[in-house]
Amino acid sequence: MSLFDRITGKSPESQTGPETAASQPEAPKKGIFGRFKQGLQKTAQLLNTDIRDLFKQEGALVDDDFLTELFAILIRTDMGAGPAATIRDQVKTDFRGRVVQMNEVLAVIKVKLRELMEQPEVPIEFAASGPTVVMVVGVNGSGKTTSIAKLATMFKQQGKSVVLGAGDTFRAAAVQQLTIWAERIGAEIVTGATNSDPASVAHRAVARALETSADVCILDTAGRLQTQTSLMQELSKIRRVMTKQIDDAPHEVLLVLDATAGQNGISQAKGFSEAAGCTGIVLAKLDGTAKGGVVVPIRQQFELPVKYIGVGEQAEDLALFNADEFVDALFAEASSDSA
Amino acid sequence: MFESLQDGMRSAMKSLRGKGKLTEANMRDGLAIVEQSLLEADVSYDVVKHFMAAVSDQALGRRVLLSLDPSEEVIGIVRDELVNILGPVDPSLHLRGELTIVMLCGLQGSGKTTTCGKLSQMLLNNNVKPMLVAADLQRPAAIDQLHVIGEQLGVPVYSDKGSQDPVKVCQDAVKKAKQDDVQVVILDTAGRLAIDEELMQQLQRIDSRVGPDQVYFVVDGMTGQDAVNSANAFNEALELDGVIMTKLDGDTRGGALMSVKHVTGVPIKFIGTGEHLDALEPFRPDGMASRILGLGDIVGLVDQVRQVVDEEEQLALEAKIKAGEFTLDDFKTQLEHFAKPGLMQKMMGLMPGMGDISKMMGDVDAEGDSKRLIGVINSMTQAERRNPKVIDPSRRNRIAAGAGVQPTEVNQLVKQYDMMAPIMKGMAGQGMAGRMKAIRELQQSGALDPGGNMMTKPKGTTGKRLSPKEKAKLKKQREREMRRAKRKGRGGDGDFEGGSPSKH
Repeated sequence: MSLFDRITGKSPESQTGPETAASQPEAPKKGIFGRFKQGLQKTAQLLNTDIRDLFKQEGALVDDDFLTELFAILIRTDMGAGPAATIRDQVKTDFRGRVVQMNEVLAVIKVKLRELMEQPEVPIEFAASGPTVVMVVGVNGSGKTTSIAKLATMFKQQGKSVVLGAGDTFRAAAVQQLTIWAERIGAEIVTGATNSDPASVAHRAVARALETSADVCILDTAGRLQTQTSLMQELSKIRRVMTKQIDDAPHEVLLVLDATAGQNGISQAKGFSEAAGCTGIVLAKLDGTAKGGVVVPIRQQFELPVKYIGVGEQAEDLALFNADEFVDALFAEASSDSA
Repeated sequence: MFESLQDGMRSAMKSLRGKGKLTEANMRDGLAIVEQSLLEADVSYDVVKHFMAAVSDQALGRRVLLSLDPSEEVIGIVRDELVNILGPVDPSLHLRGELTIVMLCGLQGSGKTTTCGKLSQMLLNNNVKPMLVAADLQRPAAIDQLHVIGEQLGVPVYSDKGSQDPVKVCQDAVKKAKQDDVQVVILDTAGRLAIDEELMQQLQRIDSRVGPDQVYFVVDGMTGQDAVNSANAFNEALELDGVIMTKLDGDTRGGALMSVKHVTGVPIKFIGTGEHLDALEPFRPDGMASRILGLGDIVGLVDQVRQVVDEEEQLALEAKIKAGEFTLDDFKTQLEHFAKPGLMQKMMGLMPGMGDISKMMGDVDAEGDSKRLIGVINSMTQAERRNPKVIDPSRRNRIAAGAGVQPTEVNQLVKQYDMMAPIMKGMAGQGMAGRMKAIRELQQSGALDPGGNMMTKPKGTTGKRLSPKEKAKLKKQREREMRRAKRKGRGGDGDFEGGSPSKH
């Protein structure tokens, strides 16, 4: 409900257009977990409706049909056939041939899912001294620039000074987009000419951060598909340029993953990790109906943790990822005891 | 586990192929792999079930036929059903006499704005005058982005930076278009979530007040299971006329296309296959189905070749190839033509059985790799180009030194040429059937089997398998050798000249 409240609360008229950029619409103040849950609510609703359907009146018989339907529900989260089969088989082992209650099954699913997703809660790791350099990468349209705006907002709220590097010199008006955000947030921005070398923007952004003793430097990069070898090599180069200036930079390389992405997310995680050495994922656009389940196989295969989730279009709509919360929120309504 | 739809299908077919007789049991095994593969390809679960039911019925019903190669029959059934689901095609924009209004809608980041530019380019190619309308008032700088694209193409862009109301912007734009004798207006709407009721209503208002003739849903080729939900919501809100799928130039399996088609029932119009503004292709279900099945997309391949090579040159080349004279020089000419970012990879992806190879190759042409290959050929003598078999170790070293590459790269190039030549020859055969046959023979001979001996170690050519570290190391090594050569005086230069074809 809160999701819809928020949506209906922001009529298009009250939206800030690009030119009236400075003021931000009033967003309801919510705890980080409140936002997290509210972002996942629609997801949870869809999934739960399905799960509830499995249990007609008082419990359900765990037979082949039940397991097939459970598998379908899990598949719809985009977690992929592998993890879905693992969870289904666990339910099968535990309950096959028995009449069970929804809560019993849910508990098993959650335990298994938590096991698959287990990770420490990991916010940004800040540099011991000097600016913390964060590089943001991802495929076209995954939400990099918006996520950067959200990250910068978060850092500003923590009282840190931020320098943004507009490293997307390729896409039309990408620099303007980030510049508008920088003005809104009150962050400094380093830009380069269209089609100029993004590595030089990276260099200057880090240099600027050093010069002004900024706390954080966030570098945007152009969207690219992980199969574009030369563009992936460009990322490695950008990385090297930054390492030259600060030994352990970039301190974080965040892969922005669109929650609507399917199994290609795995390939994205692989490709970007190889080229840019990703340290974590920002799972964007989790406020829609997509479930972002592809982070489950990604976590399993590459041990790449999800650090933040994006749950809306406003600069504040970023929440720290928490595996337990993620799993709980998915099933929050169906099992009131563990919400 | 995470093989592509193509790979999965292929392994399904292999398991069928291995068995002499098609029984219900092994057919089910094969179909189960197909099903698994479709799920991995992000086809929605329900659509997979629907598809598998249709295919199984047909496949099991036909098992009594005494076909020589029953797997071929199953492949045929699977493929036909895929074509069925994805078709029929309708790549027309249904332009009307006076003014046609096209509206693009979709989720955030699906590629609407870029697609606007691509559609304009396509219209310009057909001498139709388009106008772009910046109706995305949400995303910062979206208007600027459209203006930049408009400038690149020389297409007028209508925008009203002060406005907060996309409905009015669109209405005003249409008025302006009528004054300016524009033939097609393309509305670039803001990305929105299908569950965002307010914004969906706004879209409906644009729909009812501006009355677009064509409404297209733009969907990211990497979309997962959610494709069903969003496509359904947009279709219910707007009555879509078509679908455009973007970002199909990567390694995504694009299974979402099956889902979207299934729930909306509207034709798939175009597919986006690159970041450049000419990378929009009319959708062909048979091509897509063949591609999905790993049979390759010959028609698409020929189209691609046509686009970059002029007719005369093409005929000359075909004649040469037919005569069995596809030399490294021709290969070089081809490379030069295809030294366009992403094109080579796209073509390799379209080639039958080449899906994996294209993956290994990456986009060889994008930056230096294609140029390097050309450099290697440039360092060969005419005799070597005509007959690479004469290249012995000493010639190889000379060529490598001349082109500034490792000797293994020369080997790789020759191997690549060896691989290309028979394909080219096969394709020069008359008619599609001949082409398919040549390719099938190649496939069966194992020549195109990526696991075979052809491309065992493509790293030399492509650099793809090298980690950045290894690359840096190699580069240093090369530089060291260069320095050493220089220190030796003029000797090194002599080597280079020896490798230069112009001296022969």
